[in-house]
Amino acid sequence: MRRRDFLYMTGVGTGAAMLPSLNTFGRLISVEEALTPIDVKLKKQMADVALNAAKSKGATYADVRIGRYLNQVIATRDARVENVANGESYGMGVRVLANGSWGFAATNNLDNDSIAKAAELAVAIAKGNSKLMTEPVQLAPQKGYGEVSWKTPLEVNSFEVPIPQKVELLLNVNAEALKGGAKYVNSNLFMINEQKYFASTDGSYIDQDIHRIWPTFTVTKIDSASGKFETRNALSAPMGMGFEYLTPKDSEKIKGGPVTMYKKRYDMFEDVKEATVHVTEKLKAKPVPAGKYDLILDPSHLFLTIHESVGHPTELDRVLGYEANFAGTSFLTLDKWESKKFNFGSEQVNIVADKLEVGSLGAVGYDDEGVKCGKWDIIKNGILVNYQTIRDQAHILGLAASQGCCYADSWESIQFQRMPNVSLAPSNTELTAADMVKDVEKGIYMFGRNSYSIDQQRYNFQFSAQLAYEVKEGKIVGMFKDASYQSNTQEFWNACVKVCGKGDYRLGGTFSDGKGQPSQASAVSHGSATTRFNGVKVINTGSRIG
Amino acid sequence: MAILSKEEAQAILKKVLSFSKADSCEVSLNGSNGGNIRYARNAVSTAGQVNVMSLSVNSTFGKKTGSASINEFDDASLKKVISRAEELAMLAPENPEFMPLLGAQTFQESKTYNENTAAMTPDTRAEMVGKSLGVAKAANLDAAGFLENSTRFNSVMNSKGLFAYNKSTNVSFSVTIRNKEGTGSGYVEQDFNDLSKMDVLALSKIAASKATGSAGAKAIEPGKYTVILEPLAASDILSNMFRGFDARSADEGRSFMSKKGGGTRLGEQLFSENVNIYSDPMNPELPSATWNGDGLALKRTDWVKNGVVKNLAYSRFWAEKKGVEPVPFGRSMVIEGGTQSLQDLIKSTEKGILVTRFWYIRSVDPQTLLLTGLTRDGTFYIENGEIKFPIKNFRFNESPVIMLNNVEALGKPVRTGSGMIPPMKIKDFTFSSLSDAI
Repeated sequence: MRRRDFLYMTGVGTGAAMLPSLNTFGRLISVEEALTPIDVKLKKQMADVALNAAKSKGATYADVRIGRYLNQVIATRDARVENVANGESYGMGVRVLANGSWGFAATNNLDNDSIAKAAELAVAIAKGNSKLMTEPVQLAPQKGYGEVSWKTPLEVNSFEVPIPQKVELLLNVNAEALKGGAKYVNSNLFMINEQKYFASTDGSYIDQDIHRIWPTFTVTKIDSASGKFETRNALSAPMGMGFEYLTPKDSEKIKGGPVTMYKKRYDMFEDVKEATVHVTEKLKAKPVPAGKYDLILDPSHLFLTIHESVGHPTELDRVLGYEANFAGTSFLTLDKWESKKFNFGSEQVNIVADKLEVGSLGAVGYDDEGVKCGKWDIIKNGILVNYQTIRDQAHILGLAASQGCCYADSWESIQFQRMPNVSLAPSNTELTAADMVKDVEKGIYMFGRNSYSIDQQRYNFQFSAQLAYEVKEGKIVGMFKDASYQSNTQEFWNACVKVCGKGDYRLGGTFSDGKGQPSQASAVSHGSATTRFNGVKVINTGSRIG
Repeated sequence: MAILSKEEAQAILKKVLSFSKADSCEVSLNGSNGGNIRYARNAVSTAGQVNVMSLSVNSTFGKKTGSASINEFDDASLKKVISRAEELAMLAPENPEFMPLLGAQTFQESKTYNENTAAMTPDTRAEMVGKSLGVAKAANLDAAGFLENSTRFNSVMNSKGLFAYNKSTNVSFSVTIRNKEGTGSGYVEQDFNDLSKMDVLALSKIAASKATGSAGAKAIEPGKYTVILEPLAASDILSNMFRGFDARSADEGRSFMSKKGGGTRLGEQLFSENVNIYSDPMNPELPSATWNGDGLALKRTDWVKNGVVKNLAYSRFWAEKKGVEPVPFGRSMVIEGGTQSLQDLIKSTEKGILVTRFWYIRSVDPQTLLLTGLTRDGTFYIENGEIKFPIKNFRFNESPVIMLNNVEALGKPVRTGSGMIPPMKIKDFTFSSLSDAI
């Protein structure tokens, strides 16, 4: 019997019922412990205790999430290791509907008594909340799936790779940067494994094993004469993959442009070598003259523009006002969707929500309220056709079922609507990025995420890139510095004139997108091919102090 | 169980240290309890309680440190967390920046704990939120808000004799009130250690008045304007600057505090002469713990005096490297001001813009600390000392360093966001584009 199983059986533990708080790194554990999963039979047993306790106290619906969240971080700087940490957060959250209201409670004491108490507290909170209710929760029906499971398709479990091997990789990357003249270099590996078990009174018992990885670095050079410094970050993407992401493959590289780009395999050494050259170029780059430019945006940059200007404003809970006090609302109000002719972008713009895309951060079999995940259109040929939603808001869109967009970042957080992977579909052409550059008279070709800011209804935004190349009469002629573009979401997406083909399609992503109060983090990917936007306002952000 | 007294925490920490076989060992024990209510569309959406406690161990052999943590406190678990940290330390690489542990220190008794706040219950929270909802409903407006309170304790002890303990309370409230048409929006946020200072009703009325007053906003051209920044707006921008008072990044040449040709700007006149910034853990309006995570005592520290940079924060490692005394980062930042109210600043303005708050601030250029972001939840045009009409929101591109060189007047500091911040009158503030967001 494993230690955890023993604790459950014998009821050892301390603490009290908990409600949502920020997902922390959890307790620090050994690598061996991280590789020991929890018996699925035990999880079912615990879940049934909670479901039965909730029903006995008057819950009309209940769901249980038993979560074991593993995090491993390796952080290095120059020639030394700054931190190696293994974290585990393990516990149970119980959500119930009673008297038409939601209630939630959580505990990390997984003996029968504590589990039942958490379920009972959730019902008591729901009944208390119902006194301030304006209308009862309408939950979209969901069939029970019985006992099912899903796992991130991966070749190598990151947690099984020895720490010394990972440390060596990062220190070698740093050595490469220092050899290339970097003054400072930081490199990090973030690895996450969510072992999630979901059960509900609908009759689902869903066991999922989800993996994510993010290798990254920052190279810094300083020109001591001018006092200027420049950096270049890794052009990797956080991925829903195992350690195989770090095994380079030529077939997963796109070469020929000013920067080597990566699909589902990443070559950290090659990227850091290029980065040291790029930083030197950035120190010598010419200031961008402000004005209108045609922008060619690489997926390593465009993903964040998609995230901020398409992903967030199409979240239905934002549209309805549930996020008004924090992240804001949305300009994509229901009347625009109802009209079936709201022109979000040009005809080239097809935005797809996809919870299944292999290798993506948001890929899961089922969401955190037991809904099987799928794929749907959000923008079709430039027109707004759908949003992203969950079970208690599906009826607002006239949907018979949820779209499966529910997520909580911890067992102790309440699940709520989070963004699925939201991607710009590639065109049905063979167009490559090199072809696209050829017919640009006055443009800027941008790679990598940098500064990003957007208003609370997702109209006005300003973005900048890791690398900005001047394009003149169809050729890349050098590097610009201090280039940021400012636009308005609808104007920007209507300026989209060309999207490259499938061969250029890649994922970018964000590892910790914040939303909610208390704030929760989620990871989500955004795919695209290189895309061109005509006549976008670019400003020069250079300034001086003292 | 989650909030231990000084004596209870000390007893557990002593016991844990007694199991240590490492060259040196540091143990921290932290706990919190509290709760929250979130509401939107004039109804509660979620509510809950939090109660957690955890213990962390750092064990060191030579310059090799291992860490482990646990949330079980029986003797077997305490022994196990120690042995796990020691095993990890054996496997860890040497840390060339390792600093020996501090010995016993003397700390002032903090003022961070308040019994009223610690006694808050779900009913207290519900009653407070009820008042806020009442304001919105009475004015036919929509409220979305968040109320949270917590009681915490933090304690640390090491094998060299250091022991530190702090207990604190906090209650924080924020609400966004919008009109039904979605053409006006107002916001307030406030936090205190002492619940009796929190007037949810009055705060909600301010948000409601801004929601009504900001409807029908006119577009005016972006450009450079004199602005009156409410304390929250000033705090939004300046919190980004406070983090930059770090000696190491300045010495390394990658900060706005770096000097051309090497070195830092310590001792330089970097801001207007009327800018004075200090931190003080004993400030009665904004108390903080009197020690930091390194076990260093926090004391009143001047960061900027008459516009001159007086101090940068030095970690123990960097201080030793540079041959100076360590200077911990301040936690309770105070920007000194005058006695004028926000209304006085508005009255003294011929033409300008009043900003309630900023949103989505991000760094554009770390070299100059250039930031971008947007105004939000109430932006108004001022003429001849009066608010004339609401205006559409702007995007700004501005550096707080440049901003603090353009200070025309500072009002009376109030507790908000990142510190005690005065309302500010700033000339030539750069707005770069318009936003349709409300």
